[in-house]
Amino acid sequence: MNIQDYKGVYIFAEQVDGKLSGIAFELLGKANVLAKDLGTDVTAVVIGYEIKDLADQLAEYGADKVIVIDDPELKDYRTEPYAHALASAINEFKPEIMLVGATPIGRDLGPRVSARVATGLTADCTQLDIGDFPLNPIPGKEQKHNQLLMTRPAFGGNTIATIACPDNRPQMATVRPGVMQRQEKVEGAKAEVIEYNPGFTPNDKYVEILDIVKSVGEAVDIMDAKILVSGGRGLGGPENFQILRDLADALGGEVACSRAVVDAGWMPKDMQVGQTGKTVRPQIYVACGISGAIQHLAGMEESDLIIAINKDETAPIFDAADYGLVGDLFKIVPELTEAIKEYKAAKK
Amino acid sequence: MKIVVCIKQVPDTKGGVQFNPDGTLNRAAMLAIMNPDDKAGLEAALQLKDQYGAEVTVITMGLPKATDVLMEALAMGADKAILITDRVLGGADTWATSSTIAAGIRNLDYDLIITGRQAIDGDTAQVGPQISEHLDIPVISYVQDIKIDGDYVIVQRQYDDRYHVLKAKMPCLITALGELAEPRYMTPAGIVDAVNAEITVWGRADLKDLDDANIGLAGSPTKIAKASDKVRKGAGEKVELDPKEAVAYLMGKLDEKHAI
Repeated sequence: MNIQDYKGVYIFAEQVDGKLSGIAFELLGKANVLAKDLGTDVTAVVIGYEIKDLADQLAEYGADKVIVIDDPELKDYRTEPYAHALASAINEFKPEIMLVGATPIGRDLGPRVSARVATGLTADCTQLDIGDFPLNPIPGKEQKHNQLLMTRPAFGGNTIATIACPDNRPQMATVRPGVMQRQEKVEGAKAEVIEYNPGFTPNDKYVEILDIVKSVGEAVDIMDAKILVSGGRGLGGPENFQILRDLADALGGEVACSRAVVDAGWMPKDMQVGQTGKTVRPQIYVACGISGAIQHLAGMEESDLIIAINKDETAPIFDAADYGLVGDLFKIVPELTEAIKEYKAAKK
Repeated sequence: MKIVVCIKQVPDTKGGVQFNPDGTLNRAAMLAIMNPDDKAGLEAALQLKDQYGAEVTVITMGLPKATDVLMEALAMGADKAILITDRVLGGADTWATSSTIAAGIRNLDYDLIITGRQAIDGDTAQVGPQISEHLDIPVISYVQDIKIDGDYVIVQRQYDDRYHVLKAKMPCLITALGELAEPRYMTPAGIVDAVNAEITVWGRADLKDLDDANIGLAGSPTKIAKASDKVRKGAGEKVELDPKEAVAYLMGKLDEKHAI
């Protein structure tokens, strides 16, 4: 592997049902920052079937080039044809950096592809920078410049590690959704579009999709909400979430929940905040009856303003909260809803 | 049918997290447990054994003390246990770990390999899919349900807003979600069997078809530049008032900050 041959910052532009996922735009935002530091450009790789029209949208959010891999075998996500597509593109175009979303697709595709192209992969990154490795010079050891420094939490969010991949290319990372900022849309921007098809020959690894079962109901993505009212085990049961909905409605926000609530079957998985759920960073996060396990904090502690309501004054959520109210949420929340309504009415 | 389940011994970060007075993580005070997703995967294997008949082998890579989780697996009902341990394998990243475990699995006959989706210490979810790539077999990650149909597995693969029902030819590898199966308890008879069972221990020399360039710290493409315990934002204000006063206090703060 001649490292000098690998150039440019690439992102895997995830799409589902012909619609780009939010993570694709977030990766483009970060890729542009990295590319500027390196003096190079940004390429999006989009994989699917009948998805050529997505190139313009990728261009408007910061892709200089778009590699389109379009084939009937790629209609719905399956590990093998997608891994073959992305690994072939890496071998053909030789990126120095390859970013993939840490989504249920990317966390399957990333490791399979990294093993195929024999490079390292850093999972679930929350920060990416260009810098030196080692960070400080060590006598007798070469310090490499312009390396991708990938920062990620581990031990359920208790520790933070910064990782480099100095001797292999591409430098690959999966990036946690909801963390990187997308850049301003540039209307009408165009990218150089490269159509590429490595050829797809089905074998046993092309598993068969017998059925696709979509979950119905809540179409709201809690990651997009500016205000979240989130409930935990302290709610006592699914019927009690109505008071959180009332508060969320008064605030103009959405309802989310902790893992305990999903495990108990009170709320669907897509409303879960935390290490095994979604990372959110709303302007206001109201945690009601949530004890604040480290895994939950990992998913919401970047929120601008955190309010905790819990009857247990020793609950760890109070250590992360800007404002903590110790008391009965069943009394405080309805009271707060009314106060918000009055406040907003008075302001009009 | 022969099933291999990959398990890992991890510090219990769930509930049992302990902090030092300076706010850093007190690892020494934390219990070492079988990784929860792996345990769900093991339970799924044991249920397949109960239902269809199977030989279940558990394999782990780690320090000699990782024998504890192998014993637990045997007491739950696994038939064989293998520990891969060697100083030269230490400090491995997911590439080197998966290369090593794949080499161990090549010593075995298998139809189905089950790993947990991810371990609660590293949270990477990478080793399972990487093992499948080294073995050149299909992988299905995030599995919430599994059935056997002749030479095929039929599984439910979870995504954010849907699941796929997939049919894959064995041999294949699946990664188990915690919800795949609720782990059973060890039985007294199982514990007796486990104590009497022999655990196979493999070192570097027992792993054929494995390049020294792909093992341990030196064989890991990713290198740690810096590691630190997370510095959390300090606690803000906390009040205990009656509900009306508490809300008035909070509204005052929100107004001050122009938050709403």
